[in-house]
Amino acid sequence: MSDTLTIDGKEIPYRPGQTIMDAAMAAGVYIPHLCHNPEFKPHGSCKLCMVNVNGRNVASCTMPAASGMTVLNDTPELNGARRSLLQMLFAEGNHLCPVCERSGNCHLQALAYYLGMTNPHYVQFYPSREVDASHPDVLLDRNRCIMCELCVRASSEVDGKDVFGLSGRGIQTRLVVNAPTGLLGDSALAVSDKAVQVCPTGALLIKRQGYRVPVGRRMFDHKPISVVQTEGGHD
Amino acid sequence: MTDGKKVRIATCSLAGCFGCHMSLLDIDERVFDLMQLVEFDRTPLTDIKHCGPCDVGIVEGGVCNAENVHVLKEFRKNCKVLVATGACAITGGLPALRNNIDLWDCFQEVYQYEGGLEGGQVPNDPELPLPFDQVRPIAEVVKVDYFLPGCPPPADAIWKFLSDLIAGREPRLDYEMLHFD
Repeated sequence: MSDTLTIDGKEIPYRPGQTIMDAAMAAGVYIPHLCHNPEFKPHGSCKLCMVNVNGRNVASCTMPAASGMTVLNDTPELNGARRSLLQMLFAEGNHLCPVCERSGNCHLQALAYYLGMTNPHYVQFYPSREVDASHPDVLLDRNRCIMCELCVRASSEVDGKDVFGLSGRGIQTRLVVNAPTGLLGDSALAVSDKAVQVCPTGALLIKRQGYRVPVGRRMFDHKPISVVQTEGGHD
Repeated sequence: MTDGKKVRIATCSLAGCFGCHMSLLDIDERVFDLMQLVEFDRTPLTDIKHCGPCDVGIVEGGVCNAENVHVLKEFRKNCKVLVATGACAITGGLPALRNNIDLWDCFQEVYQYEGGLEGGQVPNDPELPLPFDQVRPIAEVVKVDYFLPGCPPPADAIWKFLSDLIAGREPRLDYEMLHFD
C-alpha cells in the first residue's frame, strides 16, 4: 500500500511519522487549528482540528497518518462543532475584541470569522482574571488566555526557561509565571523570547507596539486564516 | 418581506454609544434608497418614545439597567425580527468591562473621586433607572433572531444585511464584512 490518505476526497501523500495535520499542511490543505503550531510538539487540547477518520472524530494534530485513511475535514457537521468550541472559548473568557490590540491578528478571532461565528451563543461567564503589567516590555492579560500552552511549550522547548505553566483544574485553570512573586517582571522572560511571539490571542502582548498597524490593515482583515496559513506558511 | 408595503423598522440604543446608529447613517446616499423601502417607528431619529408593531427591530447596546430591560421587552413584543447590532448588544461589549468591578466602587470613582463634579454625590433620583451589577448581552434577556457583529458593524454590512432582509433573503455577510472590531 502506498503512503497516502484522502482528505475530503483528495489524495494526500504522507511520510511515516507525520500526523494527519502534518500531511495536510504539507499538501496545502487547511484544517482549522488553534493550539497547534508546527514548530512545537502537538498539544491536542483545543480540538478545533478534529476531523472524521473512517467514521470517528479524532484530533488531526496528534493522530498519526496511516495508509488508506478516509478523512473528512471541511464538512458542515465538523465546522458546526468547531464553531461551538469557539463559542465556548469566547463565552468563558473576556474576549473584548474592540479593546484588544491583537484584533485583526488574533487566531481565535480569525477562526470565528472563518467559521462564520456571529455571537457567543452561550451565557457569558465574565470571569475575574488577573492582568500582569509588571514586565517592562511584555503585558500578560489572562482575560484573553485560552490555555493552549503555546507559550508554555515555546518557553520550555525553544527558550529553555520554563517561564510559563498552567495551574489549577477545569474552569479554575490559569496561566502561572515561574517567579518567586508569580509576576512576569520577576521572571526570566525577555521580550525576544519565542514564548512572547506565539500567543494566538492577545494574552501576551509586546508593549509600545499598540496600533502601529491600524485596524483594517491587519493579517486577517481581508484574508481568512485558511488562506493566510496555507499561502505563507504558519505565521 | 411585506408584499409591497414599506418595511417598518424600530431602532434603539441601550448600553451603547450610538456608534452603530452612526454607522447606519454612514450608508450615505443609499439612505434615499432605504427610505423608498422602509419607514421608521421608534428611533432616535423620529423621537417616537414607544415602539409600535414593526417588521424589524434593531437593538444597539447591552442591558445595563432596568429601563434597558423594559425597552428591550417592548421591542421583542412588537418586532417580528429582532437584530442584535454591534459588539455591545451581542457580548456586552465595552460597558461589560465593569462586570468585575463592584458597582458602588464604579459610582464612587465616577461621581465622588473624579474631580470637577459639583457636590460629589452619587445621583439618587427615583426617576433614574436602577443600574444592574453587570452588563449582559440582549440574547440573555430576549430571543434574538439575527446578530450583526462589529464595533460598529461597517455601513456596508448594515446595508447588505438590511437589503437581504427587506428582499426576503437570508442575510449573508461576506468575509470582509464580518468583524468584531
